Amino acid sequence: MLAFIIRRISQAFFVVVAMVVLVFFGTYVIGDPVWMMVPGDATQEQIEAVRRDFGFDQPVYVQFFKFLGDVLHGEFGRSYVHGSSAINLILDRMPATLELALAALILAVLIGIPLGLFAGLKPDHPASRSIMAVSILGFSLPTFWVGLMLIMLFSVMLGWLPATGRGPVVSIFGLETSMLSLEGWRHLFLPAINLALLKISLVIRLTRSGAREAALQDYVKFARAKGLSQQRIVGVHILKNILIPIVTVLGLEFGSLVAFSVVTETIFAWPGMGKLLLEAIQRLDRPLIVAYVMVVVLLFVTINLIVDILYSALDPRVRLTGTQS
Amino acid sequence: MSSPVLVVDNLATHFFTRDGVVKSVDGISFNVMPGEVLGLVGESGSGKSVTGFSIMGLIDPPGKIVSGSIRLNGEELVGRDDASMRKVRGKSLAMIFQDPMMTLNPVLRIDTQMMEAVQAHEAVSDKAARARSAAALAMVGIPAPEERLSAYPHQFSGGMRQRVAIAIALLHRPALIIADEPTTALDVTIQSQILSEVQRLCAESGTALVWITHDLAVVAGLADRVAVMYAGRIAEQGRVDDVLDRPLHPYTHGLIGSVPGAHLEGTRLHQIRGSTPSLGQLPPGCAFEPRCDRAGPACSTMPVISQASDGRAYRCFNPVPQQGVTA
Amino acid sequence: MSRVDLTPVAKPPTARPQGELRRFIQRFAEDRVALVGFGLLVLIILVAVLAPVIAPQNPYDLGKVDIMDSRQPPGVKAGDGFTMWLGSDGVGRDLVSGILYGLRISLMVGVISGVLAATLGLFLGLTAAYMGGRVETLIMRIVDLQLSLPSVLVALILVALLGKGVDKIILALVVVQWAYYARTVRGSALVERRKEYVEAARSLGLSHARTVFKHILPNCLAPVIVIATVQTAHAISLEATLSFLGVGLPQTEPSLGVLIANGFQYMLSGKYWISFFPGLALLLTIVAINLVGDRLRDVLNPRLEK
Repeated sequence: MLAFIIRRISQAFFVVVAMVVLVFFGTYVIGDPVWMMVPGDATQEQIEAVRRDFGFDQPVYVQFFKFLGDVLHGEFGRSYVHGSSAINLILDRMPATLELALAALILAVLIGIPLGLFAGLKPDHPASRSIMAVSILGFSLPTFWVGLMLIMLFSVMLGWLPATGRGPVVSIFGLETSMLSLEGWRHLFLPAINLALLKISLVIRLTRSGAREAALQDYVKFARAKGLSQQRIVGVHILKNILIPIVTVLGLEFGSLVAFSVVTETIFAWPGMGKLLLEAIQRLDRPLIVAYVMVVVLLFVTINLIVDILYSALDPRVRLTGTQS
Repeated sequence: MSSPVLVVDNLATHFFTRDGVVKSVDGISFNVMPGEVLGLVGESGSGKSVTGFSIMGLIDPPGKIVSGSIRLNGEELVGRDDASMRKVRGKSLAMIFQDPMMTLNPVLRIDTQMMEAVQAHEAVSDKAARARSAAALAMVGIPAPEERLSAYPHQFSGGMRQRVAIAIALLHRPALIIADEPTTALDVTIQSQILSEVQRLCAESGTALVWITHDLAVVAGLADRVAVMYAGRIAEQGRVDDVLDRPLHPYTHGLIGSVPGAHLEGTRLHQIRGSTPSLGQLPPGCAFEPRCDRAGPACSTMPVISQASDGRAYRCFNPVPQQGVTA
Repeated sequence: MSRVDLTPVAKPPTARPQGELRRFIQRFAEDRVALVGFGLLVLIILVAVLAPVIAPQNPYDLGKVDIMDSRQPPGVKAGDGFTMWLGSDGVGRDLVSGILYGLRISLMVGVISGVLAATLGLFLGLTAAYMGGRVETLIMRIVDLQLSLPSVLVALILVALLGKGVDKIILALVVVQWAYYARTVRGSALVERRKEYVEAARSLGLSHARTVFKHILPNCLAPVIVIATVQTAHAISLEATLSFLGVGLPQTEPSLGVLIANGFQYMLSGKYWISFFPGLALLLTIVAINLVGDRLRDVLNPRLEK
């Protein structure tokens, strides 16, 4: 088990280092950021002063090692636009994004698993056919356009839910969340369902194929022969078996939810780090982009590790090989 | 004499597939007495497993019991809804499956799978259910049952898993256990252990047993009576010695002839010519007719069930002549 | 046999592929839904190609666009007299014309990036499978790294670095797609490589390049075609997303994503059509490609991994 974790961490380290190098040199080749930071009528002296201030007058390798040293200290420089620490800006916005992604994940599970189970256990039912048709459509729908249509329908035409913003947050254990108030959920619901859409389709497909396969297994027939109720067979015997692939895939998809939240946050004006990234990209705010990428890469690596551990917790066959060695 | 624990009367189970109706079981009748072991013998596709699942009420669409009656201790099982059938399954009627690697849920611990079986039929505490489970494991010869309860199926060997399945089947001391080729997937040495174990347990608890198999040797050592199935019908049934020593139906005769060891050494094994017919397109008469050496013109109509003097029932116009016994 | 004697000019080499192609088409056509998808796709490609001929208005020609026609709902007649069946956008362009021209750009970007990514992925995947050793490790490490990151994110960062423009978007889309091809191609190539005919070809002394291109490559094509449909749909969607976010194509290249973005600001005032119809066109395009792709997957290789 220890060897396994060490191997994982070293892989993660490789990914992080590769990203540091890629991102630094990637951002270096793009245009001179000075122009983004000075007023249009700035004098040559003012420009030079800004250059020196941010260290742009140094050679590339000097800048890189300085950058590397900063990264090791958890520092990614000051945002060109905001003037404050890039990493702090990102971390301030991160809870909102994680909350959105988590809400989307919860919705995907709550909607996707029951629908998928139904479609898998009653494949010939007309409702199952519609569920599958919708899930195929869900794969094709462009997320951002669906977001617009959700706003159009629920905010503009029906006026049921607010179109933008995060709404009131409640502080709990030092974390602010919208999930604890009705008004918060009213703001959270549309962006979360928008972000969840692709994942709902994915969960439906995974659950359905898993349920169809599990339903044919002897252990299900044996469970019926024991006189168990249908609820227990579906809820325990089948569900526990199909949860393994679902948890694995969903865990890995959490990263993509965070990435896609860039789109959703922009549409719904959700004050998360994705929206911040997009603003940073539009203004070529190099430190902010770098800080975002590093935070997200670290997030991914952590998620992958958690998924591996969860996977072994769910599947006893995996755990055995871990503990025996 | 006591009344039979199981009465199967003219049972027919058909599968309504896209390619037509498959008459997997088509009009079979047999009884099982309390504590008796009935061997249900046939090739794959003869309908023996479908018979077992029909009794359990585990036939899923497109399959359906189309006619006949199954009575357990005098109570009709055919036509019951799933809720009332569930009260019988696992309680007075249990089943053991063919492949022990597949019958236990791989992601649930043994105790979960045993306790739920106890609690499905009796409102007992977790503690009591656990104790019952441990006792059942001990009964089927699993060492250190208390500890093994917390294990997962993959930590058991195939033979051990089948013992667990048997323990689960015995939890409620059912009147009847249907065993669907429970030793086929096991090693030969384990097979005989399991066989004698099941024999002992059923004798001790007075549980009747329907042992489904394609293996005549297993039946010879285990069963009191035997029913030989061919293409969804029972070709012949009777006491195991009668049927195996002096088969009446040409199919049984051929089947015994094809078993290695049943013959004098050096003589050729007999082989039934042709192959098993497709259940979708059976001839109107005796299904064995195209492969039968004794077939006559009458065989193109369905033979009725005849009774032999030793109590055997068979479906044949031209039974194999008996030496010393009149058919 | 006698028929062969009667027609001495036999043509066995071409006879077989033709039969295979026919069987393939028959198998494909067995699925009604896929057939509808295929018809839709052909229609979409046709109207996109023929846009300059069939569009009622040239949306690039500023002389033809009248600001008085802006934000008209569907069905209103334009100043020029033609009916704007889907309404008009914020600067008075007819939406039907805008969508037809937008489809051209979206499809072009998707197809070009797909072809380039497929070529690059094929080359690197084959190289990895055939060379093995360190080259393979290096290529596959990069593939793994790339695939572990969501494509939106990679594309976003890339356009942030590269800037706007058709060529930059295509480059970004190639970068996010090539790894899928490389992984698939390497997988099939490894399987093919172990087969006897490749051994035979090599023992005959055929050159490496010849072995790869004549023997291994043709057998990797089926999975590549399937990946290509999925990836092209993905690329079109991704381009639209980037353009919508304002970091993709510029206003001078109004793809469907740009059109939808332009309509966003009018949506809260209830003028839904400016974003709705381009989005519908985008959706239909992606659905059509996915339907065809799904069927191709079934027909070409039922056991193909996702």
